[in-house]
Amino acid sequence: MSVLVYTENWDGKFKKLSYELVSYASAVAGMIGGSVTALSIGNVQQDELSKLGAYGATSVLNVDGAPEGLDNQVYTSIIAAAMEKTGAKVLVMAQNNTGKAIAPRLSVRLKAGLAAGVTALPESANPLVVLKKVFSGKAFAKVKILSDSAVLTLAQNSFEIAETGGSASVESFDPGVDVAGAKTTIKDVQKQEGKLLLSDAEVVISGGRGMKSSDNWGPIEELAEVLEAATACSRPVSDEGWRPHEEHTGQTGKIIAPNLYFAFGISGAIQHLAGVSSSKCIVAVNTDKDAPIFEAADYGIVGDALKVLPELITEIKAARAQ
Amino acid sequence: MHIIVCISNVPDTTTKVKFSSENTSFDDSGVQWIINPWDELALTRAMELKEDTSNAVSNVTVVTVGPAGAEPTLRKALAIGADDAIRVDSETGDAHFVAAQLASVIKNGEFDVILCGIESSDYNGSAVGGMVSEMLDIPSVSAISGLRIDNGEVLITRDIDGGREEVSVPAPFVGVVQKGIAKEPRIAAMRGIMMARKKPLQVVPVVEAEKLTTYQEYVMPEPKAPCKMIEADNVKELVNLLQNEAKVL
Repeated sequence: MSVLVYTENWDGKFKKLSYELVSYASAVAGMIGGSVTALSIGNVQQDELSKLGAYGATSVLNVDGAPEGLDNQVYTSIIAAAMEKTGAKVLVMAQNNTGKAIAPRLSVRLKAGLAAGVTALPESANPLVVLKKVFSGKAFAKVKILSDSAVLTLAQNSFEIAETGGSASVESFDPGVDVAGAKTTIKDVQKQEGKLLLSDAEVVISGGRGMKSSDNWGPIEELAEVLEAATACSRPVSDEGWRPHEEHTGQTGKIIAPNLYFAFGISGAIQHLAGVSSSKCIVAVNTDKDAPIFEAADYGIVGDALKVLPELITEIKAARAQ
Repeated sequence: MHIIVCISNVPDTTTKVKFSSENTSFDDSGVQWIINPWDELALTRAMELKEDTSNAVSNVTVVTVGPAGAEPTLRKALAIGADDAIRVDSETGDAHFVAAQLASVIKNGEFDVILCGIESSDYNGSAVGGMVSEMLDIPSVSAISGLRIDNGEVLITRDIDGGREEVSVPAPFVGVVQKGIAKEPRIAAMRGIMMARKKPLQVVPVVEAEKLTTYQEYVMPEPKAPCKMIEADNVKELVNLLQNEAKVL
């Protein structure tokens, strides 16, 4: 009963989530018995590939010559081919844009029950039962897989990276998939160069309507720079066009789970909390002491975000200088 | 061009979630039902595309899988502007079962663009759209934040990590949409509500399909510790707590 884990890379380096995924897959394999094979698609160098061994993968399948952009059918076929080659019964992927696009197709292709957005190790191995969030984080459900195989997509930042200190053999893998037959035509790509991905960030600095105007984002960006954090915003802010909609965190925006989330001038509507409540630590600054954000927060200041922000930047710099 | 929008009937997003039968089923007493927010955005965009006659969208159909109690939600979709509605008469099952019902309806019709929301606000499965496309063996595009038609070609904007892409795929295809596809969900006007009563709503029987997963039990999250309040003139203390108590700085 081996486990296949689909890893993702960015500019030739594995994303942090790939190490989470391999750590998770390794723990799952420990429960069901068997080994972990990692699958990598794209331009990743040998030494980077073999790094996955330290997190519990015993072998790495490397598919060179990845298609330009994501074609859901081609990727589904590549991953299905790797499942067949390894005889794996469990596939682990990330619950992100890519995982959401491909995992459902693989569930059908492999006749493998899909548990999307799992947050913990399985409760039991046979039958496979896993915990996931439902009702946008208001509850959890135990999903029982009824099929022989399973596809698990792991909610981000829900599993600690664990180094096992092992090593992995790297093998070049030809899935025998007609990449040229991809039906998706990429017409244009716009990338934000050099910007930390919101979904990958350990610390996120977010602003809401209490920031009063798009002109006031300077200190949020400065704090983000000091803490190597990503910036985010609430829905009214992206609706107003103060910030791009990619920054909108909340039920209908991005769902994130950083280690530390700062909410400046965000009242904390239930839809916003649905997108951020999995953060390990939430700090809220709001003028309204009754704002619902304080029910979700771990630390709070009743005050004007525009006044607190500069002081916070000064204090953090001072604390760091010590 | 014919568009079909898959609709999930979900509890209002402000619902206080409760469970019954020893936490094995969702307690829907007193629950207000709505169109899943992402599906509503998909429908809104479909209506916008149809209203611009240069796009040559002839028809917008909505479909749901559910018991008769889901019909008010379909009527609401008709009131927003859909031309006709289909309900697969079934209690809902897991994503695989629901997708099989939708795939069967779509196979029996002639649809060029199949739109689904990226997830439902109740079970957050993010699964049905992708599953439908695989069952029909047609292309799918996910994380769509823009959709337009140019000279009969559907051009799609999708979010990728750290950016966005404009892509196209041949029809028929499944488009899985998210925030950005339409600015605000459309609200039905009185005229639309009156007209919706007369629009066709077809009920079709369930087809046999496998369930690959089941919800065994629900668990409420642990109540969290109350928020620790810090005076606004003592930001230094906040930094101290984040460093030494929470250990996140």
